Amino acid sequence: MKDLGNTALLQVAGLSKYYGTRIGCEAVSFDLWPGEVLGIVGESGSGKSTLLSCLAGHLTPDQGRVLYNGRDTVTMSEAERRVLGRTDWAFVHQNARDGLRMGVSAGGNVGERLMAVGARNYGAIRGSAIDWLGRVEIDADRIDDRPRQFSGGMQQRLQIARNLVTGPRLVFMDEPTGGLDVSVQARLLDLLRGLVRDMGLSVILVTHDLAVARLLADRLMVMQAGRVIEQGLTDQVLDDPQAPYTQLLVSSVLQV
Amino acid sequence: MTDQAYNFAYLDEATKRMIRRALLKGIAVPGYQVPFASREMPMPYGWGTGGVQVTAACLTPEDTLKVIDQGADDTTNAVSIRKFFERTGGVKTTTHTAEASLIQTRHRIPEEPLRADQILVYQVPIPEPLRFLEPRESETRKMHSLEEYGLMHVKLYEDIARHGEISTAYAYPVKVEGRYVMDPSPIPKFDNPKLGGSPAIQLFGAGREQRIYALPPFTQVVSLDFEDHPFMASKADHDCDLCGCSTSYLDEVITDDRGGRMFVCSDTDFCEARRAQGHRGRLSPEEAV
Repeated sequence: MKDLGNTALLQVAGLSKYYGTRIGCEAVSFDLWPGEVLGIVGESGSGKSTLLSCLAGHLTPDQGRVLYNGRDTVTMSEAERRVLGRTDWAFVHQNARDGLRMGVSAGGNVGERLMAVGARNYGAIRGSAIDWLGRVEIDADRIDDRPRQFSGGMQQRLQIARNLVTGPRLVFMDEPTGGLDVSVQARLLDLLRGLVRDMGLSVILVTHDLAVARLLADRLMVMQAGRVIEQGLTDQVLDDPQAPYTQLLVSSVLQV
Repeated sequence: MTDQAYNFAYLDEATKRMIRRALLKGIAVPGYQVPFASREMPMPYGWGTGGVQVTAACLTPEDTLKVIDQGADDTTNAVSIRKFFERTGGVKTTTHTAEASLIQTRHRIPEEPLRADQILVYQVPIPEPLRFLEPRESETRKMHSLEEYGLMHVKLYEDIARHGEISTAYAYPVKVEGRYVMDPSPIPKFDNPKLGGSPAIQLFGAGREQRIYALPPFTQVVSLDFEDHPFMASKADHDCDLCGCSTSYLDEVITDDRGGRMFVCSDTDFCEARRAQGHRGRLSPEEAV
């Protein structure tokens, strides 16, 4: 039995994905440790989302290895990968509509993962749905409303509740605050930060928003044209950028 | 009286063989939806084209055929399918459950228990129980193969959240032999307990969707439910107004425009048999003295 405290939760080595002759992402390697938040930043088209999809098993990488807890997620059977996807892993989409069932009530959305892993007691499922709606600051009396009656920020919080209800260890987030206005973003970030700390989650966070990265991420990877051009502790990368592109990126942020 | 222009029971022998192969596979893997090359039939989709093809593939000249539609032997669908096989197969037909060796049904299982020498063929409109929750066929197939059935309970959860109880009253999903989740066709959930442990072979044909599935005799069939909201086979809380039966599934019939209504057995053969035995209900005509 390995000591998880001393082993990386996710080990990525030489990961590449090509779309024909074009590069999706190339030769990406990193380790993610339990409880760590890794930010991936870069401009549109730099391969952030491709990388995330490869890690989460939505895309099959062309080269490289992804080891989760020592198990190779590229070569494991699809059944095992899907089991991981609804137990140990969670995926928060940029657009809440992609991650929610819009025709199913908020309670049903939160309960789905529980039922997928075998919960068969209605009272208990509803209990944890109410508990989780509370944790993401949605009133319990909205439990039977459908997500389309929710605001954008509430939909995003519902999506987070739905993903975290089974207590995952690794969360993939694709621009979780994209498309929300600034005050809603701030509340969501606050909430995310609290949840990540309380549950000891490991997170891979894709964002183009450096402020989000600064607030949430412990470590940062900067991508350009499919390659990782710089990585290090968040403050180090943002305050003392080395690569020319990173310097450009940091200096492009508007100072209010 | 067979119409000589047609092969026995309308379909050609090669087609019947193809359907029988699908049926055998269905029997071998209870509850699994077997794709088959459904043919155009001389009736519109939705009128039982799947059931008719399965019936045609199983029918022998010695068979006695009964066709029911919502439990009744005398509705358009039932009458026309019965006539169809009288003309193209020359088989005997009957309205009595006990006399039939092959029964094609839409939306009901006969009240009278079936025997080991009988086959029950269901007409199925939509064979995929997950369809209304997951519209992608590629995804539902994957869910079946990986036994990912949590979504089915989401539907039942929604029922309870909205109506206080599982309000799905027909096409109530079942799990077959602890493996496949199956749509039992739109039979009332009252009939669900009769699916499991039946001595008769039960075959399901969906013509438009091109799927066949089956329950071999004495198969374990469990209706899905929650621990704290168990499955209940429900029926209208009345007795039959014609035969007085308190245990059969009832149809509600509006009799006038002033709120008058009566409840009668949906299984007409069962009701007639009881009346012939002298049972009387609330609205039975007075005996002519």
